[in-house]
Amino acid sequence: MNTAELSRVCRQVRRDIINMTANAGSGHPGGSLSAVELMVSTFYNHMRVDPKNPKAEDRDRFVLSKGHAAPCYYAVLAELGFISRDEFKNFRQLNSILQGHPDCKKVPGVDASTGSLGQGCSIAVGMALGAKVQGKDTKVFTLLGDGECQEGQIWEALMSAAHYKLDNLTVLVDNNGLQIDGSNDEVTSLGDLAAKLRAFGFDLHEIDGHDLDAVEAALSAPTTAGKPKAILAHTVKGKGVSFMENQVGWHGKAPNEEQRQQALKELED
Amino acid sequence: MSEKIATREAYGKALVELGEQNKNVVVLDADLAGATMTKFFKAAHPDRFFDCGIAEANMMNIGAGLSTMGLIPFCSTFAMFGAGRAYEQIRNSIAYPKFNVKICCSHAGVSVGEDGGSHQSIEDIGLMRLIPGMTVIVPADANEARKATFALAEFQGPAYMRLARLATPVFEEDYPFEIGKANVLREGKDVAVFACGLMVNEALEAAKLLSAEGIEISVINVHTIKPIDAACVTEYAQKCGNVVTVEEHSVIGGLGDAVADVLMGKVCCKFRKIGVNDQFGQSGKAADVLREYGLTADQIAARIKEAL
Repeated sequence: MNTAELSRVCRQVRRDIINMTANAGSGHPGGSLSAVELMVSTFYNHMRVDPKNPKAEDRDRFVLSKGHAAPCYYAVLAELGFISRDEFKNFRQLNSILQGHPDCKKVPGVDASTGSLGQGCSIAVGMALGAKVQGKDTKVFTLLGDGECQEGQIWEALMSAAHYKLDNLTVLVDNNGLQIDGSNDEVTSLGDLAAKLRAFGFDLHEIDGHDLDAVEAALSAPTTAGKPKAILAHTVKGKGVSFMENQVGWHGKAPNEEQRQQALKELED
Repeated sequence: MSEKIATREAYGKALVELGEQNKNVVVLDADLAGATMTKFFKAAHPDRFFDCGIAEANMMNIGAGLSTMGLIPFCSTFAMFGAGRAYEQIRNSIAYPKFNVKICCSHAGVSVGEDGGSHQSIEDIGLMRLIPGMTVIVPADANEARKATFALAEFQGPAYMRLARLATPVFEEDYPFEIGKANVLREGKDVAVFACGLMVNEALEAAKLLSAEGIEISVINVHTIKPIDAACVTEYAQKCGNVVTVEEHSVIGGLGDAVADVLMGKVCCKFRKIGVNDQFGQSGKAADVLREYGLTADQIAARIKEAL
């Protein structure tokens, strides 16, 4: 899909994020909106998946380590046809397949249950390692939050990815700079993330995470044999909705009706 | 009683055979392969052995990821660092999605000995049985550890197996092993003694001491703490009217509580739990530590007499 078409999908996904969180009256719009281009581009142009056969053995894998970006995930899965858009109204409601954080037992297309931060990256390492053991050409993608990188387990996972020479693994970092209690730097600075990822043995691509051409280029870049790939994507929390952009308060708060309408207006095609 | 073999050693050797029979079996460790005995698998099947280093949380979730590829990961470390340190990884990334990961932890209980209280997990059974859908197995001897290892590979779903460091007697009598089915090792009308792990042998020895005094106890090996064999527990509690549980674990949350959960509100009987009484372990020779916490045959026999 070309970037113009991807861009149209991204706008639809953003509208879905706003509607899902507004309907539920809760959820995480900020970190969902920052991840849109990364997830849309990955799913549409770089993964071998079949919505009609979500458990196909030769499928590529995606792990949303920052599980709170579930609305973005669900919107992308619906656009691709894994789930029905009718499910959106049930997001975060009793007996819904669309739990507050992704549940792989319930949602077709989801391969790992995530939400407890710091764990998804290790699961992705396990998947990539499993593919190597089995001699499969499976590619594995995982999307981390930057705040999530404060979890020590992320660095255990990154260390092991390099150790096992997982050149079938791509780690995307949604570097929107904000977390619940403030900016990353106010809470606990991550320091030079790019240098750290390089030091941990990754082929690093540092990009603007909302520039689809840049995202496409980074995802398409050939991998170095024996080295995992990391894409450090600088993003804007709340991207696309003026009053949400770069606002700490929109991490885990849903828009009210007035805010929903304003957001949707800004996100019109 | 014949030779002494630790359950961890039987596990490690069984893994080698299992690896030959089933190419989907992979083994992970966290820098303790020499102690958990996964070293045997490492030597036999190096391409399917992964030492994750001193990073237990990462190991558990790598296991989760491997299982999604159709592999059968056995993740091993000490009980303290598996059930303890990596509790939430097991809870959220293995049990919640019902992944087919086997968590097999050695050095459980106070019989760890010299390493002391920091390394003696007396909470692992409780932690693991708290998790919805988790199967919890505690083999009593080397034969049972071997059978349980094979059974776990066949079993679909998350499971925890508790293994011991200490070499203990291997039962002469062989009996079948089935997950969830307790084994009655001795019939006696006076007290139903439910035990697991190393305490099964101590209970059998206690039975001999008591028998010499005319007290006959039933000894039931509850190797599967969850799902517990409720029918067997109920039957023997009713038959004897007097229940004693024995475990090398805190009296809070372990086998005793699991048995109590079955009987509460259903069977009217005397009930006593023998285990570690809400305190931490300490260094010492394993035999001395077990005695310090009242977990030897003669001490158990004395407590059973009190229960009469």
